[in-house]
Amino acid sequence: MRGILPKSFVGLILLFLAFPIVVVFAVSFSSANYLTFPPPALSLKWYRVYFSAENWLAPTWLSIWVAACTVVLSTFLGTLAALGLAKLPRPLKVLVSGLILSPLIVPVIVVSIGVYYAFSKYGLVGKPIALVLAHTSLAVPFVVTSVTATLAGIDPRLEQAALSLGATPRGTFFQVTLPLIQPGVIVGALFAFITSFDELIVALFLSGQGAVTLPRRMWEDLRYAIDPTIAAVSTLTIVFTAILLGTAHYLRKRAEQNRTASP
Amino acid sequence: MRDTVSSTGRGASVSLAGLEKSYERVGAVNGVSLDIRSGEFLTLLGPSGSGKTTTLMMIAGFEQPTKGDIAIDGISVVAMPPHKRNIGMVFQNYALFPHLTVAENIGFPLKQRGVPKAERTKLVGEALELVHLPGYGGRYPRQLSGGQQQRVALARAIVFQPRLLLMDEPLGALDKQLRENLQLEMRRLHADLGITFIYVTHDQEEALTMSDRIAVMNDGLVAQIGSPEDLYDRPCNRFVAGFIGESNFLPATVRGMEGDIVVADCQGAVVRALCPGRPGSGAQVTLTTRPERLRFANGAHDSATVNRMSVTVTEAVFAGERCRYMLQAADGTSMVLKEPSSAAIRRRTVGEQAEIAWSVADTILV
Amino acid sequence: MSSSASLRTTTGILLVAPLVIYMVVLYALPVASMLLRSLNDPTWSIDRYKELMSDTVFFNTLSNTLYTAVIVTLGSLVLGYPVALALVRSKRLAPLILVVVLLPFWTSVLVRSYAWMVLLGRHGLINEALMSSGLIDRPLRILNTPLAVYIGMIHILLPYMILPIANALRQIDPSLARAASGLGSPPWKTFLQVTLPLSVPGVAAGGLLVFVLSLGFYITPAMLGGPRDITLSMLIANQVDQLNWAYAACLSTVLLATALIIIVVCRRLPGIGSAFKMSAR
Repeated sequence: MRGILPKSFVGLILLFLAFPIVVVFAVSFSSANYLTFPPPALSLKWYRVYFSAENWLAPTWLSIWVAACTVVLSTFLGTLAALGLAKLPRPLKVLVSGLILSPLIVPVIVVSIGVYYAFSKYGLVGKPIALVLAHTSLAVPFVVTSVTATLAGIDPRLEQAALSLGATPRGTFFQVTLPLIQPGVIVGALFAFITSFDELIVALFLSGQGAVTLPRRMWEDLRYAIDPTIAAVSTLTIVFTAILLGTAHYLRKRAEQNRTASP
Repeated sequence: MRDTVSSTGRGASVSLAGLEKSYERVGAVNGVSLDIRSGEFLTLLGPSGSGKTTTLMMIAGFEQPTKGDIAIDGISVVAMPPHKRNIGMVFQNYALFPHLTVAENIGFPLKQRGVPKAERTKLVGEALELVHLPGYGGRYPRQLSGGQQQRVALARAIVFQPRLLLMDEPLGALDKQLRENLQLEMRRLHADLGITFIYVTHDQEEALTMSDRIAVMNDGLVAQIGSPEDLYDRPCNRFVAGFIGESNFLPATVRGMEGDIVVADCQGAVVRALCPGRPGSGAQVTLTTRPERLRFANGAHDSATVNRMSVTVTEAVFAGERCRYMLQAADGTSMVLKEPSSAAIRRRTVGEQAEIAWSVADTILV
Repeated sequence: MSSSASLRTTTGILLVAPLVIYMVVLYALPVASMLLRSLNDPTWSIDRYKELMSDTVFFNTLSNTLYTAVIVTLGSLVLGYPVALALVRSKRLAPLILVVVLLPFWTSVLVRSYAWMVLLGRHGLINEALMSSGLIDRPLRILNTPLAVYIGMIHILLPYMILPIANALRQIDPSLARAASGLGSPPWKTFLQVTLPLSVPGVAAGGLLVFVLSLGFYITPAMLGGPRDITLSMLIANQVDQLNWAYAACLSTVLLATALIIIVVCRRLPGIGSAFKMSAR
């Protein structure tokens, strides 16, 4: 960095990135009834409010349930598709991956009102299943990219070796390919979970009254009362996300170790 | 573990007939016919892109031939998927399963064949003994050195008693010392198991050391097939002469034949050479001879069995066990001569005129 | 040969088919049928798009959206480049920097926008700190201004800028910079003549990503902006609430087309391919 790049400047930017999250943590442990920083005294009362309020816990469970269903659906479809994409010839592959990855660049508002427009005709709005179906489209790109990356790192000779040793193509898939892409599948599943769990815009349209997710509940709370309960909820989601990411990181490391087994 | 196989014909015979594989990229095969005998150690030797690996992949079943037939023990296998061919294979980077232990890797082919667990453990143990790695069963491939991984790959490829073992540059990633040890070990294994080995390499020294026969490949064709001695002493074309060992190439004009021997004018001298065909007199040909078969002449020689030529020494290099000289013949063609170094032999100096001699039996028309 | 190749393709098609059918039925067709409302409501015509031309609300919103995207992209570049450089150059601090960059990356947009509400509000931390230090005697109005929107969006999009630039910097052969300084070039000159030009693909990728993602922002401007800081996404949501589907579809088409045109135009720039892998976080 020598001179041209003062360390203090980088430090300030990193502070800019980290500080808001630190503030949310601090506020969540505040004893005050309004938002203030630093907190006058430490207290767990906002966590107590959260854990005893049915109108916080129900959305939390719904979010977890929706995210779990999204994980199952998107991981299954996405893993199959990633395996298939690797076998497709070039022009077809570009076309199919274009469709599959497009939710990464199509503005979420466009997707949201599109599914809202279609789902409302079938009376799906306000049903958790609608959220699962829409979140799966948004989560699938993460699964496909994660599995594809893992798949690309696998030596094709491993599959040939299995065949030469007498494994059927089916046996080769279950005994060799699947165990080797497993870390990528799990990482993709974790990303799918976080994508669904944090998703707000689709939920704004599809939740209705019957399927209020946690982000949707937070959004409504922010409009009326800003009390530190939401900071407690935020802190819990951040910690939860960090644990999931830590797991993903660990799995990636392990997959890399496996990959470098052969010199 | 080998007593279940009858003592005769433990190795499969392999017959390739007019094998072709067209590719837009390098490595095409343009018509390979080979008969590999039961129990033979055959090497496919050639530069990269010569089609040797493609040929091996077709035998293994990973590539489908465009044309031609592959028969193992007289039965065509072209339509048979790789997992039913029962062929052992050792890959370039070993291709050990990173998520399985050494024992699980070696047990893999047995598991596919439904061998019961107890029997499997026993056979895996024996295979580990065979490759000198007893006690390594619980480790993972990444915990082994390159040479150890290679042995595991070998054990895995032979534990299910295939009658044919294919090896694709299996020693390519190892250093010289280790490579030489493993070459000897593979020869020993070949002798012990009695099965057919087909070995692919671009390393001519490795091919010469290990093989019963070598098929030299170039541009998707077999340039020559024969024993190591055959190929070295009697290369039948310029490519083989140049690819295996070092060769001098001398342009010459045919005078006539003396039985099987061709007589030609070469660099102002009359040179006799072994000749497979019968070229007409006046034909422009190339004669080849090995640098270590040339020597500086002293005294008279029988011109019917020994060729002679006057040359000028243009470069003299002392390389320890031998001396290496660059020579120039009358019309400017350069030649190399290698002579064992000895304090008793006079070293030649640059610019010196000399007479060289070599046996007619070491001169080949290519 | 052709038989095994076509078998492979057939297997591939069978494997991608479930997801492709899923995405066509539950994603592409719904979006397309919604977008069609801009053309066929009530009868086929392009009048809606003609009307847009003289629609001042639309133009103000579009220009505000584009202007915000430009500011956010430039801001992210200025703040992101030094961090990317530090991430690549400093072996010791790299893991710490990566955590600081990635943790917010994966924290929900809602939570991060909320954090800025806490910080920038009338009685927020910034105002309290400035007041108690005596620099100001009345709270500054930051929340519900464009500035708050820029701050919040830059905070959210910064990692999308940092990671592609760091990737590009990592690929620069360190011996080039060493060679330059060995030839007597001072550090700032080496930076301007070697490092900066070679990192352009990363800057282009990060810039494109941040710009395109900014265009679709909804939550952050809605939470941090004032009543006049409307983005296209907000206008679309607003029109849907009023069941004004044809107009909303028209605006959605414009938003989607803008994003796609920018991507298609920039597709040929070096380093863009990696940008889309990047956007998969």
